Formats: sequence, C-alpha cells, structure tokens
Amino acid sequence: MSILVNKDTRVICQGITGKAGLFHSQKCREYAREVRTDSDVFVGGVTPGKGGQTVDEFPVFNSVAEAVEKTGANATMIFVPPPFCGDAIIEAADSGIDLIVAITEGIPTLDMVKVSNFLAKTNARLVGPNCPGVITPGVAKIGIMPGYIHSSGPVGLISKSGTLTYEAAWQLGNLGLGQSTAIGIGGDPIIGTDFIDLLEMFENDPGTEAIMMIGEIGGDAEIQAANYIKEHVTKPVAGFIAGQTAPPGKRMGHAGAIISGGAGTAAEKMEALEAVGVVVAQSPADMGKAMQEAIARKGS
Amino acid sequence: MKIHEYQAKELLKAAGVTVPDGIIAKSADEAAAAFDKLGGDLAVVKAQIHAGGRGKGRFKEQPEQPGVVLVRSADEARKNAELMLGNTLVTIQTGEEGKQVNTLLVEAGLDIAQELYAGVVVDRAAGGPVLIMSSEGGTEIEEVAHNSPEKILNCNVDAGHGLQAGQVRKVSHGLGLDAAAMGSAQKFLPKLAKFFNDNDCTQVEINPLVVTGSGEFVALDAKVAFDDNAMFRHKELLELRDLNEEDESEVKAGDAGLSYVKLEGTIGCLVNGAGLAMSTMDLIKHHGGEPANFLDVGGGANVEQVTEAFRIILADDNVKAVLVNIFGGIMKCDVIVEALLLAYDQVGFTVPLVVRLEGTNVEKARTMLAESGKDIIAATDLTDAAQKVVSSISA
Repeated sequence: MSILVNKDTRVICQGITGKAGLFHSQKCREYAREVRTDSDVFVGGVTPGKGGQTVDEFPVFNSVAEAVEKTGANATMIFVPPPFCGDAIIEAADSGIDLIVAITEGIPTLDMVKVSNFLAKTNARLVGPNCPGVITPGVAKIGIMPGYIHSSGPVGLISKSGTLTYEAAWQLGNLGLGQSTAIGIGGDPIIGTDFIDLLEMFENDPGTEAIMMIGEIGGDAEIQAANYIKEHVTKPVAGFIAGQTAPPGKRMGHAGAIISGGAGTAAEKMEALEAVGVVVAQSPADMGKAMQEAIARKGS
Repeated sequence: MKIHEYQAKELLKAAGVTVPDGIIAKSADEAAAAFDKLGGDLAVVKAQIHAGGRGKGRFKEQPEQPGVVLVRSADEARKNAELMLGNTLVTIQTGEEGKQVNTLLVEAGLDIAQELYAGVVVDRAAGGPVLIMSSEGGTEIEEVAHNSPEKILNCNVDAGHGLQAGQVRKVSHGLGLDAAAMGSAQKFLPKLAKFFNDNDCTQVEINPLVVTGSGEFVALDAKVAFDDNAMFRHKELLELRDLNEEDESEVKAGDAGLSYVKLEGTIGCLVNGAGLAMSTMDLIKHHGGEPANFLDVGGGANVEQVTEAFRIILADDNVKAVLVNIFGGIMKCDVIVEALLLAYDQVGFTVPLVVRLEGTNVEKARTMLAESGKDIIAATDLTDAAQKVVSSISA
C-alpha cells in the first residue's frame, strides 16, 4: 500500500515541451515501465499552443481539460515557468485533476496565496511547489528524484528539502528500510500538502509502519506537526531538522528557511518533536539510524 | 529585495499613504538647505541604511553621533550631516563592520500624540498576508510579541481584495481609537495593504505609525521589502536596489545562479540542494568545526558555476579547508567531478579539499577522483567527510 500514488495513477506533464519537463517525463516513464509492464503511467503532456504534436511519443494537448478528456489523466507534474505556474496549478485543479505535483521553483508568494485560496474550493491536492515530487517505489514516481535510491518498504518519508530527501532515502535503504511513499513538500512559505496532511495519510495507510519527517528552520509547521503526532499518530516517528547552525534573519536557499525574531529555530523544533516521542537525529548522518531506533523503541 | 526608507516613503506617498515632508541630502550643505526648505523649527536627520536600530546606533568614526537625530536649525542639520555622511554606522542589525552612510533623509518634525505599530507580512499559518498592529509603536514588534502578546492585533488581508472597511473598524476598536482616529485609519490602512499586494511585498513595516495632534495617521518610519521571485513584473523597482548594502560575494554568487550566504567559520562548503547545504553546516558544527558559508550550487551545476563557487569560497580569508558534499540525483556524480577537477585547476587550491559523493554514477566518479592525481581527500559518508575536514584544519 501507499499514499497519493497508486496503480491507478495516470500522469500528464504541464510544460512537457520544455527541456526539464520532457527530460523528467522520460525519466518517470522509464521508471514506471521498469517496474510495471502492464500499462503506461505517463500518458502525455500540455503546452498551450502546441497541441496535436507528439514529443518522444508523448501526445501534447492545448489544455489540461483536453488532456484529461483524451487520456483519463488524474495527476499532473508541473514544470511551467514561475510567472505562469500559479495559473497552471489553477487550470489543473479546475479540470478535475486529483493530484498536482508542482516542481517549479520561484513562484511569487502572492501567486501561491491566490492558488491556495482557489484550491480550498476544490478536491485537488497540491504537492509543492519547489519540491522534488512524490514516489511510491515499485509503482510510480512523479518528480525529479532518482528512482534507484528508493526501495519499496514500510517507511513513509516526508521532507521539506530535495537532496536531503535523497540522503534520507539512501540512509534508510542502506539499513534495509524501504519506503511506502516518499514526498518532498517543498520549502516555500505557502505550500499545498503539509506535514500534518501526510502524517494523517501515513497513519491511516496499512502499508506504512513507520514515519520519517525532515524539516528545517523557519515557520512553525514542525511544531504543529509535533502537536498532531502527540494526539493522533501511533506509528513510530523519526525526525531531523536542517539549519541548526543557520544565522538568524538570513535566507538559506529556500525562501521559507529564514528565522526571524527567534521563532522557528532548529532547537525549538527538535525539542518539540522529542517531547512527543519522536526520535530526532542530531546529525544528518544519523537520519536512518534514528528511524531504526524509533521502530525498535515502539517494538519493545 | 530591501530598499531604503526614503525610497519606501516615495513609493508609499505615490500610493496615497501619508508620510512626513522630507528631502534627500547627500552633503552637509544639502542638509542645511533641506532644513530651511522644510520651513519648520524642528526637523529629523536620518541616516539611510537598510538595517534597523539607527536611532540607538553610533558611528565608528564619531562614537557620540546617533544615526537619527533631532535638529532645530539649519546649522545644526549641517553639523550633524558632517558627522554622519561618509562615516560608518553600527547598529544592532549591521554587525560590527557597520554600514557606510551616503544619503540622509531630512524630515519635518511632527506633532506626535500617539505612536502605533503597523506591519503587513505573509503569514504561513494564515496562508496569506496579515496586517499586524499594536498600540506599542516605536518598539520592535518581536519585543512586544514576547513581553505583551495581548497588545498585538492580527487581521487577514485578502491577496486580491485587500483590507475591508469593517476590518479597519475591528482593529481600530482593538487599538482603542476614537471616531476621528478611526476615520484616519480608514484612509491609511487599506492603502497600506493595497501597496503590499500591488507591489508583491514580503514586508511593509510602519514603526512608528504616528497619530498627530490633529488625529492624522503619518508613517514616521517605513521598512519595505519585495519578493525577489516577483520582480519580473516590477522591473521599475529593480532600479531601487542598492548594491552597497549587500555583501559583495553574495551578489556575485547570485549573478552566477548560486545561493551563497557568508558565515563566520573556517570550513567552506559546496553542496547541491538547500536542505543538504544547511545540513552540511550542521554536520560540520556537530563534529567541532565552524562553517564559513552556506552554498547551494543547485540541481544543474556546470563547470562555470562550480568554478565560480570555489572562487567565492576561497576569496574568504577565513577559509582553512573546503568540504564538497554532493548527492547526485539527476545531476550525475561523474559530471560533478568533471567540473570539480577543471575548477580545481583553474582556481588553484591552497587549502585541503574533502569530497564526499553519493548517488548516480558514484563509482565512476570516485575512480575519476582517485586517478586525477590531485591532492583531494575522498570521504565515504557524511560523518567521515565531516571528521576528515575538521581534522584537516587541526592537523
């Protein structure tokens, strides 16, 4: 079992005629074909004005609505450039897409505010933006993560950061801990799916036995997650918070990773998570071990 | 992107937000002339730097001189300007090195009845812009939030429709304003919120927001910052950028598509991905070292970017060793090593270089490193890398 992505997922790519959009669509198709020979998961793409073309066997449509009608797609992976990306997300939601994975980095914050107001009125779920995407190992990946570092297994992995997700998946894999589903939620100030949404899904997913969450400085999402874990999560949880040494008031790559006024420090977040029984890795080298320890603790 | 107070006030004034009468002065003579032109018997001379805390700040070259000063004559304006212009102002926010003052803002004095606080920021929890107000004007809002959180009022601002009249009534009641002051709030606050939305701001802070003796709202100070990601639709605002206010190496890194923040330590880092880059700093600290910088080369680094990244890291005299930490995903490890080896020759390393690689094509990449004949220390995992780079300094 898994969350978000399963065997019925059919994906299109918005921005498929761009370099990154096509490259990653090809990689995702390759991954899906390696693990599943029965049907195609990646069914086409959208670039307004280029409908009717085919790029490397992917049919291109002028609109998401047309792509949905002709392919039965229920998920989208978005590579549309930042100025137009908010619009692309709204189009996908309005066209009946269930899962929207926005990879694009650099969307204006106020565009995302309008997007998230719009999404609240629909049933669509947004992952990202500015994220590596979602992978259910052995089923499908919708995103830019390297497929081979993820093996199938019992750990639900949630992370704000891209390469740190890879690092965590790698460490988990070396310890024989594969993932049910791994999700990068993105580090922007306004995102779609957050820690709590995913904690709830993993808690309810029979295929997930343990949860690893990787946060970073800025905001209070990890503190909220800690409160949620205390009340609702029975499965073992391990965590890590990036940015213990980051100076206050400076932006560390991710727009969200800025500490101001002493709120959102790594120390506060680590403490809040530990207080609710989460095993928190002190060093990024020990993320896998922390998960192992959390599982052992619950088991004893 | 941050701008100066005087620039913020010009923009706010154009948007219909009331600001004091003010004149820019770049010389002592201009400061004196500005006092005369304003025509009152009281004016304020304010040093223009991006950092806050100017009133309590002092100049390196003139330890008695504050960054904001009240003057009562043209002569006094001139004398203060002489002590400020060209000198270095150190405030709680500038760090020890301070900032050189090249511009002054001379403003007419106001009849101040009350000082409030007004700010608009994007709040993650609310999922949009929020107006923050307090009756404790003139104090840092973080301090008010800490000491007397009950004095802070929040109000959601719709990103499309701005602040509504009913919301202004709500905050006016919370602030204990009388009917006349509420009328002023109705003229002032919705325009402030609209300014925030129209210009893709990340921060608009008016502290203090003055209520004058006649009940008018005036923005006595103004701090404005814009969303870098939205600058494509505000090209005119880019002209307000002041490169003197930014760290030279951070500007250089930005131009090369790198994300770099200078820190105080001795171990330079080059990493792909923001989260992994922050974690690498943590890792160094965990093993007893101090990171010299944050540097994210991004997902698609090429030879030019890696070379520029090394140049920027090594230009920092504090750097005694460099750690490269790459988790190759889509970006293959052998491609990174190729760039690394070329950059290594072009830059000319004089400090130890520790490289940790993992991910796609790592075996090939490790072989390339080993066969390069260069003095590069290979590390097998994160802990090994941190230990090797820290001990390379102490050795």
